[in-house]
Amino acid sequence: MCLAVPAKIVRMEGSGQGTASYMGSEVKVNLILVPQARRGDWVIIHAGFAISVMNAREARETLRLFKELAAAQDEGA
Amino acid sequence: MKELRNPAALRSLLKDIEDRAREMGRTPRLMEVCGTHTMALFKSGLTPLLAEAGVEMVSGPGCPVCITPNAVHEAAIAIVTGSKGLTLAAFGDMTRVPTRKGSLQTAVPAPNSRLRIVYSPEEALDEARREPARPVVFFGAGFETTIPAIAFTVKRAAAEGIGNFSVLPALWLVPPALRAILEAGEAAVDGFIYPGHVSAVIGAGPYEFVAREFGVPGAIAGFEPGDILLAIRSILDQTLEGKPRVALEYSRAIGREGNAVARALMAEVCEPFDACWRGLGTIPASGLRFRKEYERFDAAVRFGLKERPTRGDPAGCRCGEVLRGVIRPQECRLFGTKCRPDSPVGPCMVSYEGACLIHFKYGGGRRAGS
Amino acid sequence: MSGKISLELGSGGRLMREFIAGRIVKAFRDPLLRELGDAALLPEGIAFTTDSYVVDPLVFPGGDIGRLAVNGTVNDLVVSGARPRFLSLALILEEGLDEEVLDRVIRSVRAAARAAGVRVVTGDTKVVRRGQGDKVYINTAGVGVSVARPSPERIRRGDKIILTGTLGDHSLAVMLARGDFGLSSNVKSDCAPLLFLLPLWKKGARWMRDVTRGGLATVLFELAERLPYPVLIEEDRIPLSRPVQAASELLGIDPLYMACEGKAVVVAPAAKAEAFLRSVRGHPLGRRAAIIGEVQGRVGRPGELLLRTTAGGLRLLEPLTSELLPRIC
Repeated sequence: MCLAVPAKIVRMEGSGQGTASYMGSEVKVNLILVPQARRGDWVIIHAGFAISVMNAREARETLRLFKELAAAQDEGA
Repeated sequence: MKELRNPAALRSLLKDIEDRAREMGRTPRLMEVCGTHTMALFKSGLTPLLAEAGVEMVSGPGCPVCITPNAVHEAAIAIVTGSKGLTLAAFGDMTRVPTRKGSLQTAVPAPNSRLRIVYSPEEALDEARREPARPVVFFGAGFETTIPAIAFTVKRAAAEGIGNFSVLPALWLVPPALRAILEAGEAAVDGFIYPGHVSAVIGAGPYEFVAREFGVPGAIAGFEPGDILLAIRSILDQTLEGKPRVALEYSRAIGREGNAVARALMAEVCEPFDACWRGLGTIPASGLRFRKEYERFDAAVRFGLKERPTRGDPAGCRCGEVLRGVIRPQECRLFGTKCRPDSPVGPCMVSYEGACLIHFKYGGGRRAGS
Repeated sequence: MSGKISLELGSGGRLMREFIAGRIVKAFRDPLLRELGDAALLPEGIAFTTDSYVVDPLVFPGGDIGRLAVNGTVNDLVVSGARPRFLSLALILEEGLDEEVLDRVIRSVRAAARAAGVRVVTGDTKVVRRGQGDKVYINTAGVGVSVARPSPERIRRGDKIILTGTLGDHSLAVMLARGDFGLSSNVKSDCAPLLFLLPLWKKGARWMRDVTRGGLATVLFELAERLPYPVLIEEDRIPLSRPVQAASELLGIDPLYMACEGKAVVVAPAAKAEAFLRSVRGHPLGRRAAIIGEVQGRVGRPGELLLRTTAGGLRLLEPLTSELLPRIC
């Protein structure tokens, strides 16, 4: 029930409509549920609606965690 | 987020999980609530690896196709086959369920009518706005992830007077279903993987009762293989510490408070009622319907569809027990024999994220039946 | 179920396979027809095939129905071991069609035929009432000269599977050209002739299929089920273009089932696989070719098609059962 992807807002029109970019493709997104979102923010998009704004700091943390996990495994192997 | 699929990182997490399961001294049985998680586990081939690590995964009721009663699917078919010049718009997931009248995919629309697969309910609203003379019905099925989007289209239709637009609703809430499963006490679940994107809307609060009242640990997970393994590791940690709670393992995407704007929109347009879930029966306050002031956009009302009692599932079909996490698909005698993707008996074999279909397609179901 | 033909029948999935086996093959009881190869291999070294093209919209990034109608049939001959020589061209036109559109389609047919080295030597034109067709339907039949006979019975453990390029570009290009889903990208259909694969036949290629309706998984499943060995492919070796990757995650469509119109799988004898790969990559249309898997015996059972996932897991691949639809779950 949850298929959604992170994408970056590249354009914001009035009335809550916007365009987000995902891996080089552009998708229409309705931003009405995330009024705090700004151009350049990453949002989670489900069924054409942004339902959440991503946290860049937490994303970097998660990335770092996984890089460490991978490195530890390779070393231990 | 390629890092979250890195095989070395995943092996590391699997090792952590294996260590903890061993420390527990038994095989934990964890329920992934959301069909998208079931899909993610199988597509990535994680389920057998988790079994090797000593963790058993069982699927839950988070599959809108599976739990929407056949009567509603038949109502959608009745609308597109019975009315001329009409568009029935639906998510792809919903259109393959076989009913006594076939599926939406195989039904032949009335003259000048059509079935249209959409990605967003807004596409249906846009068509209604562009063609005021053409009735457009959106088959609106989903959980809290999707309900705000559907509520938005109804609110917009009301504000703009788009009278030719309506929604056939099948709106379901996750926490009441979890309560029903726990209160039934038949599925021995040692932990829940909570749906990351439902949680983006409702936050972590609505799951707190699971830990507080029932002492069952859980973690909110994203959908990459790494996200799911992180959540499982957290659940096992909670078990070993004896401190069940609702852990958030998807903090890059969501916050514990969820999305208040989305919740307000749902509450403005909808109200809860005691909905009947296929396989689970009637669960208090588990569904949403449109409030009186929006009732005219309810396609069931507009098209005069009668509330028919749901027919029981066919003999031998154990989808209900699968959806409640009591059994795994392989334990149903019909699995892989009479009930297969090309000849499904129950909804769990039809839906893309139905546990039975997923187990069959990705888990060697052909072996089970052959 | 209702006794009427449904749209789903045409999707290339199980319903279509059953229809062909149960209604068509049964009706004719012809040993050549029963082979159900991409082309019929006739006596006297002639290969013969036909295909109809009903794509909507008629024009899409990377091509149009005319280009499709030539390359689709040319490719069926190439993967059957034949050099394409002649095509027939039958047009069914809807009343009210813009002549300009028709001219464009015919120009495309001409250009594609020239590029593929085939001559359009016979044809037919019909016009149907407005509302009874969909602007243009095209049928092409193709005749070619066999240069080698595909030999799937000679496939052995260790033989490699080469995919000539990225998956799903045609499928996505057409989907987006319909204006569906509010998604835009620079994807282009990969509609192209696969003539550059012909030399591989004389060099010992065992079997080829073009990856059209049903996608890679369906094509390889049909190969695997007739072999006494399991087939294993590696997910992280499968080439995908960025637009297809993006769309597949956004819409929940699996690239393994998306149609191409200029890609093929080639089964190469183990010792020749690297040479084949170099040869394919040497052509502009094969730059992203890769060895994506092999016929083996270590994992799985005879006749199975398995995928090793990027995450390191193993799973069975099934053929397409019904229409590929975007998901929300």
